[in-house]
Amino acid sequence: MSLDSADLLEEAAPAIELIDVRAGYGRVEVLHGVSLAVERGTVFALLGPNGAGKTTLLNTASGFVRPTSGCVHVAGFHCNDVAPEVLAKAGVASITEGRGVFPNLSVSENLRVFTHAGNESYAAVQERAFDRFPRLGERRNQLAGTLSGGERQMLAMCRAFATEPAVLLIDEISMGLAPMIVHGLYEVVRQLAAEGLTILVVEQFAPVALSVADAAAVMRLGNIVATGKPEDVAASLSEAYLGAAS
Amino acid sequence: MAYLPVGIVLGCIYALSASGLVVTYLTSGIFNFGHGAMGMFMAFLYWQLAVGWGVPWPLAMLIVLLVVAPLFGAAIERSLMRQLYNASLAVQLVVTLGLLLFLLYLADGIWAPTITRRPPDIVPGNFHLFGVSVTWYDVLVLAVSVAAALLLTAFFTRTRAGITMRAVVDDRELAARAGASPDRTAQLSWVLGSFLAGLAGIMIVGGRLQQLDQLNLTILVIYGYAAAVVGRLRNLRLTVVGAMIIGLAQAYAVGYLPVNLLTNLGPVIPIIVLFVALLFIPHGRLATARFGGKTRRLTGLPLSLGGAAAFVLGAWVVSGLLSGGDMIYFGRGLAFGIVFLSLVLLTGYGGQVSAAQMTFAGLGAFFMGKLFGGDSIGGLVAAFVVPAAAGAVLAMIVLRLRGIYLALATVAFAYMMDNLFFNKQLGVGGILKVGRFAVDSQRAFVVEIAVVFAVCAVAILALKRGEFGRRLAAVNDSEVACASLGMSVTGTKVMAFTLAAGVAGLGGALFGGWQHVVSPNEFSWLVSLTVLLIIAIGGLNTVAGAFFAALFFALGPVIQQHLGDPLGIPNLQGLLVGLGAVSLGRNPGGIAGYLADAGEWLRARRSHAPPTQEQVPEEVRVRVAG
Repeated sequence: MSLDSADLLEEAAPAIELIDVRAGYGRVEVLHGVSLAVERGTVFALLGPNGAGKTTLLNTASGFVRPTSGCVHVAGFHCNDVAPEVLAKAGVASITEGRGVFPNLSVSENLRVFTHAGNESYAAVQERAFDRFPRLGERRNQLAGTLSGGERQMLAMCRAFATEPAVLLIDEISMGLAPMIVHGLYEVVRQLAAEGLTILVVEQFAPVALSVADAAAVMRLGNIVATGKPEDVAASLSEAYLGAAS
Repeated sequence: MAYLPVGIVLGCIYALSASGLVVTYLTSGIFNFGHGAMGMFMAFLYWQLAVGWGVPWPLAMLIVLLVVAPLFGAAIERSLMRQLYNASLAVQLVVTLGLLLFLLYLADGIWAPTITRRPPDIVPGNFHLFGVSVTWYDVLVLAVSVAAALLLTAFFTRTRAGITMRAVVDDRELAARAGASPDRTAQLSWVLGSFLAGLAGIMIVGGRLQQLDQLNLTILVIYGYAAAVVGRLRNLRLTVVGAMIIGLAQAYAVGYLPVNLLTNLGPVIPIIVLFVALLFIPHGRLATARFGGKTRRLTGLPLSLGGAAAFVLGAWVVSGLLSGGDMIYFGRGLAFGIVFLSLVLLTGYGGQVSAAQMTFAGLGAFFMGKLFGGDSIGGLVAAFVVPAAAGAVLAMIVLRLRGIYLALATVAFAYMMDNLFFNKQLGVGGILKVGRFAVDSQRAFVVEIAVVFAVCAVAILALKRGEFGRRLAAVNDSEVACASLGMSVTGTKVMAFTLAAGVAGLGGALFGGWQHVVSPNEFSWLVSLTVLLIIAIGGLNTVAGAFFAALFFALGPVIQQHLGDPLGIPNLQGLLVGLGAVSLGRNPGGIAGYLADAGEWLRARRSHAPPTQEQVPEEVRVRVAG
């Protein structure tokens, strides 16, 4: 089975599909049979309270957690046992909470490492990144560790430019950032999706995420409790949160 | 002035060695104690090609540096180090120390030390610069080092592989998310490290060393460790500065120190720099050294007393069956068993790695022999008290060090004591008479040693059950947590070092009495390392491990006699120790760990099967997930 970006283009299957996936750490099962499909070119918002299993789901989709049963499909390919770096090369870019960049590398060097992921040239990735985020262009020789939180998130999102097309998995964009900046970042998410990117965002900060999403799901205790259009999900949201808090 | 070229050349060589060490450590997270031995091995291969088989030297150099060394580094990474990335620091340490011993004894076996080997004289002649004599070889070393430094810098800032390497250092998981393979990057760093070790080794033998010697070469490359520590194991520029300081200090010491002081201090200077650097340079990430062995159930008093009685009885019976050489090996194994016990307490339970335990044993033997007539109970008491005091002092000096830094500091301490105390007090090649307390016959003394072993074992098990044992385990688990609970981390550590040093001293005194005489090389740093590895193979966190280690130690000469000599391998035991330690990556619990696993498996089979995924109650799963 070969898995590369070309296949992602041609296949018509959802960009990411999880079918009855069970996964966890050691003996502790966190996902108890989760099914979810993210269509290509859409923004999918995954919501839910702390400890619902959102991050585990994300890590399963990016190959860091192996499912114990069920199927993980990326662009229609069965990917249960594919190494994370292979998935990354095939176009799955995952950005974890608060650690999306290499702090001791400069902005351009970060981009250079990102180009590992795909078949785009370094020059092309750099051009797209600086085009999209002029601020990063101004700071190309600065160490990423000295950037502001918002700038760091921007740099992390540039990972998506390395593969064409790409699936971007983002864990908690809003983590520790000011609301203004969060709005700005979601604006970028919307634009990237308009350019054909598939984006799965995990978020606790529900309203902003729902405002840009094409579809959404709510998780609680390792199960998906609601899924559908953002406005439908929004209705069932408070129940999920309050239910978990009791 | 005259010493400037010598100092710079030494500095260059140390810089080459140290930068290789730093590159592998940074990228793969493993501090390679075997780095020096790798350099030594490559230098010997070079000699074999260029002199032994008459290959032209530039070709020999290319073959070793561009083919053998990189392949060797890649193979080591693939076969040994890859399984260690998530292992505890102490297991990583033992495995790389095993690599050191293995290569050392392998080289000893291949290139017998009886022949003098001279390196090829590749660029003969010298010239004068401002009245200072400079050899062309000095110029070559300088040129090679500068070129290596420039290439390394370019590699890390300009090439994708180099930038990826730095990315892996920064954040291993993120690098994988970005599509870089951390394993392959780590492998590349081992290739680079092996290349630089080989380069340093070959550069040493080309000029300054009149003949190739396995141990000397290894030590010379190890001197680079001091430079690496000056660079805090992460900064290549500071590493080069450190290397230059050490090289110059050594060269000028040769020039200006009075001769009698020089013979003592000369070879120790880099080690002193290492020791001082360890003590005063702030370290970044500090991790606690833990042996990855599983937590075992405690042994109760009745069981430990019964075991002790059975042990003494067994020793009495076995000693009746043995005679001559076998008897001598048996007694030696028992005496070393006591030293192994001290490491069970300190390293196994306490997580404090000490590679200087034979130094304390040596002190024990020394004071047993020197004080109170050489064969009295007073001597035995002194053999406990004096090393214990020395252990307390060492503990207070190295208190803030952990993990590899602590291990390095104890190696440095052992090395300094070798050169400044044992070689001087006993004289190089000299001997000291040590008597036996109360008994004289071989068999009675074996029983005496067995009794001391049994008493120490029971005491150590009692300590482990008691409050001190719990404190020790807590410090081993998390020093920060202990300190925040108001526990004295310092006191616990110092106590562990003190007791362990005392027990090791007792072992040394009995070992001396068993042999009647001791000589300095029996307590050298290399023996300390071997002892640490043997107990790690036996099983570091159990008293049973010390027993297996003693057994292995006693059987060593027998194995040599029946297997090593017929096969023509001069130090089979050393090789086996190296191999065994290297295999610990797969099984951190050692032999005792295997047996305990087997025991638990049997018990589990007899009662019921362990719970599987499906049997974990729903309630538990939900609670953890929610």
